[in-house]
Amino acid sequence: MSKGRRRFRRAAGQAVSVAVTLLGLLMLTFFIGRMMPADPVRAIVGEDATPETYDMVYSQLGLDRPLWAQFLRYMGDVLTGNFGQSIRTGQPVIQDILHVMPATIELATFAIVIGAGLGVPLGVLAAVNKDRWIDHAVRVFSLFGHSMPIFWTGMIALLIFYAGLGWVGGSGRMDYFYIGMVPSRTGFLLIDSLLAGEWRVFFSAINHLILPATLLGYSASAYITRMTRSFMLDQLNQEYMTTARVKGLSRGQTIWRHAFSNIRVQLVTIVALSYGALLEGAVLIETVFAWPGFGQYLTNNLVIGDMNAVMTCVLIVGVIFIALNLLSDILYRLFDPRTK
Amino acid sequence: MTDAAYSPARLPGWLSALRNIFAYLLRSPTSAFGLAVIAILVLTAILAPWIATHDPFTQNLDNVLQPPGNGHLFGTDELGRDIFSRLVYGARITLRIIFLVSVVVGPIGLIVGATAGYVGGWMDAVLMRVTDIFLAFPSLILSLAFVAALGPSLNNAIIAIALTSWPPIARLARAETMTFRKADYIAAARLQGASPMRIILKSIIPMCLPSVAIRLTLNMATVILTAAGLGFLGLGAQPPEPEWGAMIATGRRYMIDSWWLVACPGVAILCVSLAFNLLGDGLRDALDPKQMNRR
Repeated sequence: MSKGRRRFRRAAGQAVSVAVTLLGLLMLTFFIGRMMPADPVRAIVGEDATPETYDMVYSQLGLDRPLWAQFLRYMGDVLTGNFGQSIRTGQPVIQDILHVMPATIELATFAIVIGAGLGVPLGVLAAVNKDRWIDHAVRVFSLFGHSMPIFWTGMIALLIFYAGLGWVGGSGRMDYFYIGMVPSRTGFLLIDSLLAGEWRVFFSAINHLILPATLLGYSASAYITRMTRSFMLDQLNQEYMTTARVKGLSRGQTIWRHAFSNIRVQLVTIVALSYGALLEGAVLIETVFAWPGFGQYLTNNLVIGDMNAVMTCVLIVGVIFIALNLLSDILYRLFDPRTK
Repeated sequence: MTDAAYSPARLPGWLSALRNIFAYLLRSPTSAFGLAVIAILVLTAILAPWIATHDPFTQNLDNVLQPPGNGHLFGTDELGRDIFSRLVYGARITLRIIFLVSVVVGPIGLIVGATAGYVGGWMDAVLMRVTDIFLAFPSLILSLAFVAALGPSLNNAIIAIALTSWPPIARLARAETMTFRKADYIAAARLQGASPMRIILKSIIPMCLPSVAIRLTLNMATVILTAAGLGFLGLGAQPPEPEWGAMIATGRRYMIDSWWLVACPGVAILCVSLAFNLLGDGLRDALDPKQMNRR
């Protein structure tokens, strides 16, 4: 009874805190939007509009009202899913973003699989060999990935692996002559091409995905490696490890069965947080690889100064971040026996 | 801890701790490498006019896209400017970014964190909520939004990066403050009639300084990469400024035939950011790791 109530109160507290953070997020994007030098009225009516038309649109947009009223209106719009129209395409911004999102999710998911697949074993390896040369090698390798300007590494990798060696596909999601061959049902090219039974498109997509995803994953693996190493060290230093060895278990058994299974929960939360951080790298790597996803959409609209589109992108990133934080928190509670 | 704060030998003790840290850092080859690269960066920036072989802005259209060699160490760019000299002057821009961001972020983070930690109550709740909101964005995305609002330029990029990188500092300063908020020497200052502001400025912030300084070093690699990313997207330093990220962006068009336009500035960014990461890693080890993990 009291346990249930405590859990309810904690959940309610968390809900309030998420709501307050979301409100703050809205305020932030609202004020950044106000600071923009671009004149939203001019963008709609054009350069040749008469002063009367200008004034009409000005009051239609609610710009003549006090700031707090404008904010309430903005909040109402966002809550009802109205993020405004894109200046370039004339379509609702949110529709455009939902259209480009699958490309980014596909890229980021591949990247996080590579990042975790690289980072977790390396972190364990480094912890087990603490202060030996393997530990130092892993540290330099992962810090190297963390230090690369990813847009630059992307260009160099394209130069070497695409232009030079021809091992992978170049920019874009697939080769030019495949574009439009597969009907877009889910927006995820790998799934769509499988549904349509188009193996050539599928392999072309993999071929194009592998390089940007590897680079993103490598840059994300630094954090995963470091955290895995420090979690593992915490476990390896504990007495139950010695007990397990004394009982006659092999070193491998103690490391993987005992120590590693104790850090799995922590690792899940770290990987979830890294997934969000990938969005940052995605903005740059999509620009380099002409990847038609969220990042490219954001930078394209920055260049032409489409305020609605940019602010909606920023807002969405913020919401994704908050959601991932919440998710990692919930996962931690669900899987960690001590929190039960 | 409180005794140490009171003892008149605090400053020399602090200095000897600093010397110990340096000795520790130089023992490890990776952090020694980091220190060396940063020293080279600082020296290059100071001595730029003497190190550079050419003027970084002088164009020579008869001599464009020259490969490395022939009197140009790293070749020339699409306007015939010497890439080596541009890199050397670019070190000044990098250093300016690092310096200005630290100067802005350090005090903001310290004041917000120390106030939240010392005053507590609703002030703490409000300030930490604001911090959380800023933490809800990856730094590059929020910087993008700020620069879009302020207009693209190097100074606006610096402001945007500063605006996005104070929250971790504030978190750290708050955690530090919480540990000695109840200390006797703070109570003594309060009994003597010191105002909360005086206590925060005179008694709390000096205690937070060392850990904040370390944290700032740890953040520098991220700051450099974000600045380079903004420069690459055309939102940071504007041409003809020899900013390394912007140099990569302009070199991109000539990349296939003239790789050195892109490769050289990229290696420079990589080296400096790797140096700060290695140094930060060493610092983290040099100090109590538990101390640094506490946020």
